[in-house]
Amino acid sequence: MKLDGQIPEGPLEQKWSLHKKNMKLVAPNNRRKYEVIIVGTGLAGGAAAASLAEMGYKVKSFCIQDSARRAHSIAAQGGINAAKNYPNDGDSVWRLFYDTIKGGDYRSREANVYRLAEVANNIIDQAVAQGVPFAREYSGLLANRSFGGAQVSRTFYARGQTGQQLLLGAYQAMMRQVQEGGVEYYPRHEMLEVVIIDGKARGIITRDLVSGEIKRWEADAVVLATGGYGNVFYLSTNAKNSNVTAAWRAHRKGALFANPCFVQVHPTCIPVSGDYQSKLTLMSESLRNDGRVWVPRKKGDDRHPNDIPDEERYYYLEERYPSFGNLVPRDVASRNAKLVCDDGLGVGETGLAVYLDFRDAINRDGLDTISAKYGNLFDMYHNIAGENPYKQPMKIYPAVHYTMGGLWVDYNLMTTVPGLFATGEANFSDHGANRLGASALMQGLSDGYFVLPATIGNYLADEKIGLRYGTDHEEFEKIANEAQARIDKLLSIKGKRTIIDFHRTLGKIVWDKIGISRTKEGLESAIKEIQELREEFWTNVYVPGEANNYNKYLEFAGRVADFFELAELMAHDALDREESCGCHLREEFQTEEGEAVRNDQDFSYVSAWEFNAVNGKLDETLHKENLEFEFVELKQRSYK
Amino acid sequence: MSKEMTIHLKYWRQNGPTAKGYFEEKTLNSVNEHMSFLEMLDVLNEELQLEGKDPVEFDYDCREGICGSCNLVINGQAHGPKDKTACCQLHMRMYNDGDSITIEPPRAAAFPVIKDLVVDRSGFDRIIEAGGYVSVKTGSAQEANSTPIEKEKSDIAFDYATCIGCGACVAACPNASASLFTGAKIAHLALMPQGEVERSNRVVAMVDQMKEEGFGDCSNFGECEAVCPQGISISAIAEMRRDYVKALFS
Repeated sequence: MKLDGQIPEGPLEQKWSLHKKNMKLVAPNNRRKYEVIIVGTGLAGGAAAASLAEMGYKVKSFCIQDSARRAHSIAAQGGINAAKNYPNDGDSVWRLFYDTIKGGDYRSREANVYRLAEVANNIIDQAVAQGVPFAREYSGLLANRSFGGAQVSRTFYARGQTGQQLLLGAYQAMMRQVQEGGVEYYPRHEMLEVVIIDGKARGIITRDLVSGEIKRWEADAVVLATGGYGNVFYLSTNAKNSNVTAAWRAHRKGALFANPCFVQVHPTCIPVSGDYQSKLTLMSESLRNDGRVWVPRKKGDDRHPNDIPDEERYYYLEERYPSFGNLVPRDVASRNAKLVCDDGLGVGETGLAVYLDFRDAINRDGLDTISAKYGNLFDMYHNIAGENPYKQPMKIYPAVHYTMGGLWVDYNLMTTVPGLFATGEANFSDHGANRLGASALMQGLSDGYFVLPATIGNYLADEKIGLRYGTDHEEFEKIANEAQARIDKLLSIKGKRTIIDFHRTLGKIVWDKIGISRTKEGLESAIKEIQELREEFWTNVYVPGEANNYNKYLEFAGRVADFFELAELMAHDALDREESCGCHLREEFQTEEGEAVRNDQDFSYVSAWEFNAVNGKLDETLHKENLEFEFVELKQRSYK
Repeated sequence: MSKEMTIHLKYWRQNGPTAKGYFEEKTLNSVNEHMSFLEMLDVLNEELQLEGKDPVEFDYDCREGICGSCNLVINGQAHGPKDKTACCQLHMRMYNDGDSITIEPPRAAAFPVIKDLVVDRSGFDRIIEAGGYVSVKTGSAQEANSTPIEKEKSDIAFDYATCIGCGACVAACPNASASLFTGAKIAHLALMPQGEVERSNRVVAMVDQMKEEGFGDCSNFGECEAVCPQGISISAIAEMRRDYVKALFS
C-alpha cells in the first residue's frame, strides 16, 4: 500500500489557498442532498457539525455523553494559540508553524502544520464572534499570555477554562443548527462499527445507551471526532468515558492507525494515592513558572519537606538543565521525575511523587502575588490532596494526558477508507511526537471550523447525489449482527473478574512498559502479558446486567476489549521505532547524560499500521509515510 | 498513613423511567479518606458485582468538576456538603468514620429518571437550542479585535458563562426551576456586544422553552445559588426577568 498524504504542490505559504482554489465545490442547492455523520461533539466534532450544517449539508451528530456540551474538550485549561501578534513581539504564522514543528520533534507534516498555524487566527475571530468571553486588557482588546515552548505571547485564554468556553461556543453554534433542522442530534449513543459498501464509508452502527437498541445509520460520509485513547493507561487525565472504540473499530475495518506509541505524559499532575483511584488531575503547567521542583538528596528521607534544609534538597531540573531549569518541555520534565523516583528519591506514601515548591516565590513576590497568579490551582490542589500548598510544597507526578497517535489521515483529513474522515485528537496529523501547550484546542477547532468543511465538499462533489443503499442492505445487516454478537458474547462470559480489575491491570502494564520510557525487553514482555490478559478477559470477565437496558459496565467491557488490542499495537509501534523522539524514549537510544537521541536518517516517517485479523490474534502490517522536510532544517532539541 | 472509615450508604434504585423506585442499603468498611465521592461509589459497585448484583448507575465523566455530568443529591443537598464543589470533587475526608449517607438522583418532573441515579437532562439542551447562542455564520467572522469590550463587563459575562449545566440548581429549587441555568446563559450573552443584537428574541424564546419543558417558576428561594458548584450569582435570574419584561413591552 502506498500512502499518499495528498499534500498540495507549491510554496508552503500557498499550499492551503491553492488547494482551496483547486478543490471541487458542491452547489448550495445540492448540499442539502448530502448527509454527513459526525461522531463526537467536542471541539472538532461540534465545530464541524455547526459548520457543515451552516453550509447546508444534512448532519447527524452523535455523542456518548448525555449532552454534546460535556465532551472532554471542556476540561482544557490553559489556552489556545494563534499568531495574531497583538503583543507586537515578533510573532508570525511562520513562527507558530516553526515552534509547532520543532515542538513535535520533526515527526509531523510540514504542510499540515503550516495550515494549522495559518487558520488559527480565524479561530479566534470565530470564537469572539460567538461571544466566547476571552480575557481582555483594560483597553477592551484581547489579552495574551505566554505558554511553554514559545518565546512570544500568543496564547488566548478564558481564565483557567478556555476549553470550556470554546466548547460551549461550538456547542451553541451546533444547537442553533439543531433548531434550524440542519443537525439531527443523538446523545447517549455509542458508535460501534463503521459500514463500508463498495469500498466507501456509508454509515455507522450505534448502540442507544439508554434502550440498548442497535441502530443503523446511512450517510454519504462519516467523520470521527472522537478524541484520544489515553484511557488505555487506566489512570490518565482524560474523562472516564473517553475511549478508542470508534477509531479502533474503524481501524479493524481498514483505516490505518498511525503513530500509536506517541502519548504525551504531562509532568504536573496530582499523584496517585491508592488503588481505588479512578483518574489523575492535571494542574496547569504554568505552575512551573514559579514553582521549584526538587526531591530530598538522601534516600528514604521522611522528614517534613519544610524541615529539609536547602543543601539537602536536589533541585534536579535546575542542576541538569541550567538554561531552562524548571521550564524544560513536558517530555523532559516527566522523564526526569520518573528517573529520580526510580532512583528511590521519590516522596509521599507511594514514593512516586516529587515536590513542587513555592516557598521561594512566596518569599520573593509575596503571598498575594502568588495567590493572584495561581490561587485557583492552589485551592484545587488543597481540595484534592488535602494539603495546603501555601504552607508546604505540592506533590506532583507525571500522568498520561494527550495522544498524538490516531487514525492516519491525508491532507484532506480522510483516512485510508474513502469517505471516512478523522479530526482533532482522533487523527494523528499535526502534533508529531510531542504536543506543545495550547495547541490541542487549536487543532480541534481548525479541523472542525475550517479544514473539514472545505475538504469534505471536495470528496462529496464526486459522489452521486442521493445514492442510498438502504439500511437493510446486506452489509448493514452483517455489521449490525457483528456488533450484537460481540455484546452477547461479553454478557455470556459471566466470569469472576470485574471489568475495572482487568482495565487496571492492563493499565499498569502499559504505564510500566509503554509509559514514560521504554526498552526492547520491556516492550516484548508487555506484548506477552497483554496477550495473556486479553485471553483471560474473554473467558473470565464479569459483565453485569442486560443488553436492553442502561448498562454502563457493558459499555466499558466493549471499550476495555478494544484497549487490549490497541495496547498491543502501541508496544509494536514503540518496538519498531528504534530512536528516542519527543515523548517516545527508548532507553537504548540516549546519550550518556540521558538525553534523547533522535534518528532522522532511519525514522523520519509516520508509522501507519494495517489491521489483519488471524484467528483473533492481532497481526498488524507496518506502512511508512516518509516525512519530507523542504522548509525547515531538522535540529536536535536541547534544553541544557 | 491515610485514614480508613466505615460508611453506611443508602442509595436510590430504579430500573427505568416508569419503574417504582426504592432505597437499598450497604455498608462499606474500608473507605479511604482520599477517595472522591464517585470513587467511593466505584468501590461500592465493585463489591456489588462480586456479590453477583447489579451495580448502581450514576452519571459522570471528567471527574474534574467541569463537565457537569455528575449531579447527585447527597443527604438532601445537591452535590453534597462542600461549597462550590461538584460531587466528583468532593472527598471522603469530609465525612467521619461511621457516618450514614443517603444518595438520590436530582428530583424534578423535567428530569425523568433513566435508571438509579441517572436522569435525563436533555431539557437543558432544548433551552439552549431555543436561543442560547449568537447567530454568527461559521467561517465568516470579522477581525476579533474590531469590537473592544470593557474588561469589567467581559469578566462578569465570563462569570455567568462558567455554568456547567449540571442541574444542581433544579435539584435544589423547591419549584424545580431552571432559572439559574437559563438566566446564566442569557446574562452571559446579553453582556457581550455580540449577543446584544438578538437579546430580546433570545430571552423570550429561552424562557418560554423552559416553561414548556416543565421546569417550575422561580420564587426567590435562592437555593440554586447556594448549591451551584460554579458559584453563579442569582443576579443572573434578575437579568433574565428584566430582559423578559422589557422584551414583552418593547
